[in-house]
Amino acid sequence: MAASPPQKINVSLDVNGETRNVAIRPADTLLFILREYLGLTGAKPGCLNGDCGACSVMVDHTVYKSCIMLAVEAVGSKVTTIEGLKDSPIQHAFIENFAFQCGYCTPGFIMNCHALLKNHPQPTYEVIKEWLSSNICRCTCYEEIQEAVMSVIEKRE
Amino acid sequence: MLSADIEYYRPATIKAATELFFSLKGENKRPVYYSGGTEILTLGRLDLIQPGALIDIKAIKECLVFEFDRNNLLTGAALPLTYIEDANLFPLLSATSMGIADHTARNKITLGGNLCGQIFYREAVLPFLLCDSVVTIAGQNGVESLPIGQIFNQTFQLAEGQFIIQIMTERRYVDLPFVSIKKRQQWETGYPLLTVAAIKVENQLRFAFSGLCPFPFRSKEMEDELNKAGLSLPERVKRAIGHIPGPVLHDVEGSSEYRLFVLENTLNEIIIELEGR
Amino acid sequence: MHIIGKGITRKDSLEKVTGHAKYTADFEIKGMLHARTVISPFGHALIKQLDLTEAQRIPGVRAIVTGDHLPLTGEELRDRPPIAVDRVRFNGEVVAIVVADTPYLAMRGVEAIKVQYEQLPVVNSPSEALKPDAPLLHPNMGQYEKIQGVYPEPGTNIATRTKIRKGDRTKGWAESEVVVEEKFAFRTSDHAAMETRCSIAQIHPGGTIEITSSSQAPFMIKKLIGQYFGIQPGTIKVNTPLVGGAYGGKASVQLEILAYLATRAVGGRIVKMMNTREEDMLTSPGHIGLEAQVKLGCTKEGTLKVAELLYLWDGGAYSDKSIDLSRAGAVDCTGPYNIENIWCDSLCMYTNHPYAAPFRGFSHSEVHFAFERTMDVLAKKLNMDPLELRYKNAILPGHTTPTQFRLNASTVGNVPKCIEKLKELMNWQEGQVTNLGQHKVRAKGIACTWKTSTIDPNASSGVILTYNPDGSINLISGVVEIGTGTKTVLAQILAEQLKMDIKDIHVQMHVDTVNTPEHWKTVASRGVYMAGRAVLAAAEDVISQLKSLASFILRAPIEDVEVGYGKVFLRGEPSKSIPIKDIAYGYTFPNGNSIGGQIIGRGHYMMPGITYLDKETGAGKPGPEWEVAAQGVEIELDTREYRYRILRAVTVVDVGKVLNEKTLTGQVKGAMSMGLSFAARETFYFDSLGTILNPQLRTYRPIRFGEHPKYEVAFVETPHVEAPFGARGAGEHGLLGMPAALGNSLSAALSAEVNYLPLIPELLWKIKGGER
Repeated sequence: MAASPPQKINVSLDVNGETRNVAIRPADTLLFILREYLGLTGAKPGCLNGDCGACSVMVDHTVYKSCIMLAVEAVGSKVTTIEGLKDSPIQHAFIENFAFQCGYCTPGFIMNCHALLKNHPQPTYEVIKEWLSSNICRCTCYEEIQEAVMSVIEKRE
Repeated sequence: MLSADIEYYRPATIKAATELFFSLKGENKRPVYYSGGTEILTLGRLDLIQPGALIDIKAIKECLVFEFDRNNLLTGAALPLTYIEDANLFPLLSATSMGIADHTARNKITLGGNLCGQIFYREAVLPFLLCDSVVTIAGQNGVESLPIGQIFNQTFQLAEGQFIIQIMTERRYVDLPFVSIKKRQQWETGYPLLTVAAIKVENQLRFAFSGLCPFPFRSKEMEDELNKAGLSLPERVKRAIGHIPGPVLHDVEGSSEYRLFVLENTLNEIIIELEGR
Repeated sequence: MHIIGKGITRKDSLEKVTGHAKYTADFEIKGMLHARTVISPFGHALIKQLDLTEAQRIPGVRAIVTGDHLPLTGEELRDRPPIAVDRVRFNGEVVAIVVADTPYLAMRGVEAIKVQYEQLPVVNSPSEALKPDAPLLHPNMGQYEKIQGVYPEPGTNIATRTKIRKGDRTKGWAESEVVVEEKFAFRTSDHAAMETRCSIAQIHPGGTIEITSSSQAPFMIKKLIGQYFGIQPGTIKVNTPLVGGAYGGKASVQLEILAYLATRAVGGRIVKMMNTREEDMLTSPGHIGLEAQVKLGCTKEGTLKVAELLYLWDGGAYSDKSIDLSRAGAVDCTGPYNIENIWCDSLCMYTNHPYAAPFRGFSHSEVHFAFERTMDVLAKKLNMDPLELRYKNAILPGHTTPTQFRLNASTVGNVPKCIEKLKELMNWQEGQVTNLGQHKVRAKGIACTWKTSTIDPNASSGVILTYNPDGSINLISGVVEIGTGTKTVLAQILAEQLKMDIKDIHVQMHVDTVNTPEHWKTVASRGVYMAGRAVLAAAEDVISQLKSLASFILRAPIEDVEVGYGKVFLRGEPSKSIPIKDIAYGYTFPNGNSIGGQIIGRGHYMMPGITYLDKETGAGKPGPEWEVAAQGVEIELDTREYRYRILRAVTVVDVGKVLNEKTLTGQVKGAMSMGLSFAARETFYFDSLGTILNPQLRTYRPIRFGEHPKYEVAFVETPHVEAPFGARGAGEHGLLGMPAALGNSLSAALSAEVNYLPLIPELLWKIKGGER
């Protein structure tokens, strides 16, 4: 095996309500740890550069691109991935409004929408745009995603 | 993800951070201060930078303040940009900040990271240049505060081991009339073709620019020309353009000729708007 | 979770919204190795030195693969070393592969490899490639192996030339009273599917090669890797799970070859190779570029008489699919018009750019941009409404295509009807340009499109249906679920045919070439047509098996029994029936005697009558039918700074028959979005060394939320009689006319000819003389 073993540290991550103990390299991104060590492959690698939003997850109440966050930075916080959403209105809305095709950007988009709707129960179009322009969907024309978000807002009224 | 094995530290005090820096430095571990970290991770994965140890400053409370202290607004370097926007204590800073990257990325990008980044737009500096803010930095010799004009010249002129703790901006500036315009190659995504921020102080306009030269700047010479009320607007703009303090960018975002064309229009727009207020 | 909403949405819905949908990169097993590539930073250079020593010393690096002693590859012309030897011909070309225990160790290995290059002169555009003194990228072109219909021109940079010679151009020009000639150009770009390509390969002890890949063409991987390396295709097994967007880009076989080489270098251990975004843009094949010259002649009344066309395709450093792309661009070298005299040369050119994969629309949005822009220039010169000019010349049943195929009411859609509907939806009579004052104008632009699918004449699609004991059916098709929802539509077709609940149809989403019948490639908007026909055949097979068993149990002639609603019943006396679940696994008599067995249906389909094209004239039947559309875009332009917004985009497409309206609308709108994004912003920027300056999604920028216009889609239904329920393709047509329509709207707004892409404000400023 390796002559100089990788310098790993043991950390405890709270992911989707479970405590997960894992040995990580400080250089590992949260995305890498979620996918490779915790088996949570819902967050997707799309650019590893913070550009596309496919890897978006929530850390406490904020949505982050997990490719530009170190796993070690999430210690002490509550991480929620798409696998941690259960029956949320936005998931249903995505299905009903055909807001995805290939589905690859979907977990990231849904997490961002979910965070948006948690933080802004009645967002204006400007706020929706501000938030959702953080993610790229290459299949839909975005109208379907807009309709999905709007349908959740309308049902709240 | 970085290929190298690095060390990560999260000191709670300024002193601990700087001491850590120099001790890691002494061990030849190539320490860097880490705030939002987005640029360190994106340049690092391309092997364009090779940090050996990260000193995360997000646990240092002085770096996280965003409040008025008597006549000054204190803005901590480790604040995420969206935090600054949501609190909106400094509307010009909010407006300029909202043009940077995208909303989710700005949950991670911090003020200090944007100000000290290698990616040369550093748009968050523009409001502070306009407001003659004072920058508080920590380093080997402790904490000191300097007018931004002294410490910022294209980039922050930080000595080894120094980092920005916070920026002080006089209260009287933060509510002044302002304009912040970001124009891109196309629509609303991407780096600036040109970002211009301007405020009106005692009937004088101040301007700061990003995306025009390979560094952000505020130019007194350009401001002098742009404030010459006796001249026609086109003439003022034309003269100001003669004082651009460096080469005009010519890259994939736009040619230098086009940038100058857009600059001319933008200055016209801003002056008409601010002089009308 | 319960599915909300009436009727069945997509069969993959729940998996996709919960994060449980599995794509290639989501498979990870213990002991898996990871591979990364060293790629060329330059467009054209000699490799003077490749120093692996430091990398080889890194603990955890298991192998480094270089390009020596590998066969040449390429789908039509074998011109491409899988890993560069001695020289690199594009920025992104693979120079070495590092295989290591973890992704970061593989990265470390890559960072430690030192390559010394010596720059060579760069061919940076297809017109440069055509110059007599251009550097030759493939001096050995004459010795390359090739398939039928490929005509390389050794001693030049022309990988193939397709000629269209229809009618007599001399006569056409003689009859023309009004003539226009325009030039067009745009560089190569990218598909930018959100899932970067990923391949996992291993060699089992018995010699079976197993590859899992994000591909539109798992069966082609098996075939080509077999051919390239002299392996029996039967010993190659390819798996394709869900694919995260493809748009043609994953129809090429590229990363799979590297993954195979990587596993071979480590004794067959399982190796995963996932492209970074940068590699996905640079190394894996992208979207072809084009330079075009279009010359049109017509009478004073606007009747088209002749088209003379030169298409120079920027095929990149290796020809792979660009040969076929240049051929497809010749097949439909004009818009959907009746033109008796056509002369077209379509040349696949080698350049020092990344090479090309198919891109949604397969050369049609590219050709249409040039042709449909020229139609507007012609209309202007004629002082004629551009929609009217198109209406007047619309191709109709009875006319012939550029390849001289005579159309009928089934083989071509209804162009005039699409135009009429578009006219209404665009509110065309209010005028094309409206001056809003304050330096603002609104303008509309339109384009008409057509497309046939130039796929291999013997391309086959197969379907297997197996029953479950509860009477439900498993539907197994070689179509890859790339996002189009095709497999859900196939389930609908089956449900319709067997008169059963779609909930009782279980669709196998993944493809495994061992147990899944072949579907040639999931490309060319042909999934529903070909696999749909295979479904119909398999359904017939199942029905006849059910009937013959039931007729015996029900004691009635086969002709008198019917299948539906979960039963086999007597036509004249429906109460006499037997549930399908009681015979789906054979029938058991009360005393235990049993007959039959699990019912397994099979069906396949090949398109009839497709021919190769004649070498000298291009004559032939290249595809099954021509689908048509009319499209429009409305923009608002600031005439001072040349910034604009796209307000709305409209498509009227003759889809033959709407099978699933929501899915279909989504396909069309999504394609429109991609077309506008390509037209308005997407391109690679090259420097003089052939290096791409924007290989990331922060510098290469697909359209984002909030930048999107309002989309409107309407359908015309002219059935294609051979297709299931008459349906024509759906996946590409929304894209085809968008670049041209956007270009036409901007040209109208500016009263200037906008003939380049992307349509960024700076380009408009330059065209209006801003640069001076």
